[in-house]
Amino acid sequence: MRIGSPKQSYAADEALFRTPTQWTWFGILLVSLALYPFMADQYWLYLACLISINIISATGLNILTGYTGQVSLGQAAFMGVGAYTVAWLDTHTGAPFFVNLLAGAGMATVAGVIFGLPSLRVKGLYLAIATIAASFILQFVFINWESVTRGMRGMNIDPPQVMGTALADPDQFYWLVVPIMVVMVLGAANLFRTRIGRAFIAIRDRDISASVLGIHLPTYKLMSFAIASFYAGMAGGLWAYFFGAINPESFPLLMSIFLLAAIIVGGMGTILGGILGAIFMTLTPEALRYGVDLLSPFIEDASVILSPVRTMVFGLLIVGFLLFEPHGLAEIWRRVRRFFHLWPFRN
Amino acid sequence: MQHLEVRELSLAFGGVQALRKVSIDAARGGITAVIGPNGAGKTSLFNAISGFYRPQAGSVWLDGEDISALKPPRRAALGLARTFQNIALFRGMTVLDNIKLGAHVRTRTGLLSALWYLGPARNEEIRIREEIERRVIDFLEIDHIRRQPVASLPYGLQKRVELARALAMQPKVLMLDEPVAGMNREEKEDMARFILDVREQWDVTVLMVEHDMGMVMDICDHVHVLNFGEVIAAGKPAEVQADPEVIRAYLGAGDAETLRRRIRGEAGAA
Repeated sequence: MRIGSPKQSYAADEALFRTPTQWTWFGILLVSLALYPFMADQYWLYLACLISINIISATGLNILTGYTGQVSLGQAAFMGVGAYTVAWLDTHTGAPFFVNLLAGAGMATVAGVIFGLPSLRVKGLYLAIATIAASFILQFVFINWESVTRGMRGMNIDPPQVMGTALADPDQFYWLVVPIMVVMVLGAANLFRTRIGRAFIAIRDRDISASVLGIHLPTYKLMSFAIASFYAGMAGGLWAYFFGAINPESFPLLMSIFLLAAIIVGGMGTILGGILGAIFMTLTPEALRYGVDLLSPFIEDASVILSPVRTMVFGLLIVGFLLFEPHGLAEIWRRVRRFFHLWPFRN
Repeated sequence: MQHLEVRELSLAFGGVQALRKVSIDAARGGITAVIGPNGAGKTSLFNAISGFYRPQAGSVWLDGEDISALKPPRRAALGLARTFQNIALFRGMTVLDNIKLGAHVRTRTGLLSALWYLGPARNEEIRIREEIERRVIDFLEIDHIRRQPVASLPYGLQKRVELARALAMQPKVLMLDEPVAGMNREEKEDMARFILDVREQWDVTVLMVEHDMGMVMDICDHVHVLNFGEVIAAGKPAEVQADPEVIRAYLGAGDAETLRRRIRGEAGAA
């Protein structure tokens, strides 16, 4: 059982990790992330890269939807803006990848702020519909602005170069995407220790009292859209570099729904929720496919029969979370922690 | 000198005249109450003062400055704080974070330093935390609950946290919408004591809406009575209490005998 954790200063009490236990676990996490590429094969590294990209985007969406309460179905479209910007810069300027990524995130931010404007007037479902419009409009631009996006043919992107080495394979790309992911997640966690993050939560919980406390709602709503789409743009840029090719169908509305499902399953309004949700949503289809492969020797035409079942199980899992664990995976994690804090005593 | 002044405010929703040329004022450093029967327009008046409603006529003055055209956040920045009748705390946050939000207008951390929690952001957070601990949390005796989510607190404590959040703004004028509604006697006494202490120690002008006549008579310096959107009386608590207009507004009839006869349905009872 853990009994209190005395602190001598307010600085210690305001820290991101307030107990030695938390620091230890965070250290262990970083070390495992660093050791992972030496132990995993290419397939698992590929999954790790994909998960990291999804974590960045889901964390961004979580800031907007989970923390600020602005439902958005445009996250994938903003990823698309980031991806296309990176692709265009890569093809036409040959600037270093980091400049391209930042420019992509910047462009996505601009798009996010523009398509965030309806949030100044509408909330909830209405805003969700307005952001779907963003998704369709940007999709239309990707298809029809041929001189820049090359339309349906899509664009190819060379892998990023670091000191003459091309980060082409997952085991190399891992060293680019994971540090970016860690930094961006820590940034999000920090944000909610400060006045800006608190203002976001205030807008979600009770916008009238937020404005009585001097929070200018339009500014903060747009700021939230800006941050969310910056994260989306960064994720989209990394996505483009990772897969090496993009086309207008790379970032469909379904992907926005996927990200929204990720934060719901993971836990809205918690940093951990975005992470766990992205891991769950990326790995579960893989795990289900693995399950189908295991069953295939025993059932005739297993892949034909079981692949719709796979989709259904995936859907059921999400519905199950909504029903039985509405606060998501992060809440399960909290309960587990609580159990160990109190062990061997209950309650 | 008047700290907060409302001049000839008129507010209508469609055909309903919520406020009709209402003029009230709150003296600097005083405790002023607005009372009146249900539906008299008290909360509408508060909402107009904090800037949620746009009155059709009239003006609101804070510290000799016309703030009628300002939006709620600007009024907050000028030192106007308020609490709500049905508690409007941020339910997803801890008590401490709720109170810290009160300090929002007085802090400046920008987005970039917030993301890394470096330098200015960190210093400002710690400065605010220290100040809140010392001046607000100790003062309102809520140190034992600072890490609890507000949704789990009993009603009386939630009201106190809301007061704490308003005080963290370091307001010049504090507006309390029914600060003791729904409280038991002990909680009411605590709240009355806090309000008196706020006036003493924080140098704040208090304007409140309250139904509890005992409390109004005990702690207020000045009372305005509102009925059907009009000010029908104003003065010291004792004067207002004796005012026949006020009695009629609350009881509906001039004297008990008439009332009794009316209930019996006797002829000739007006």
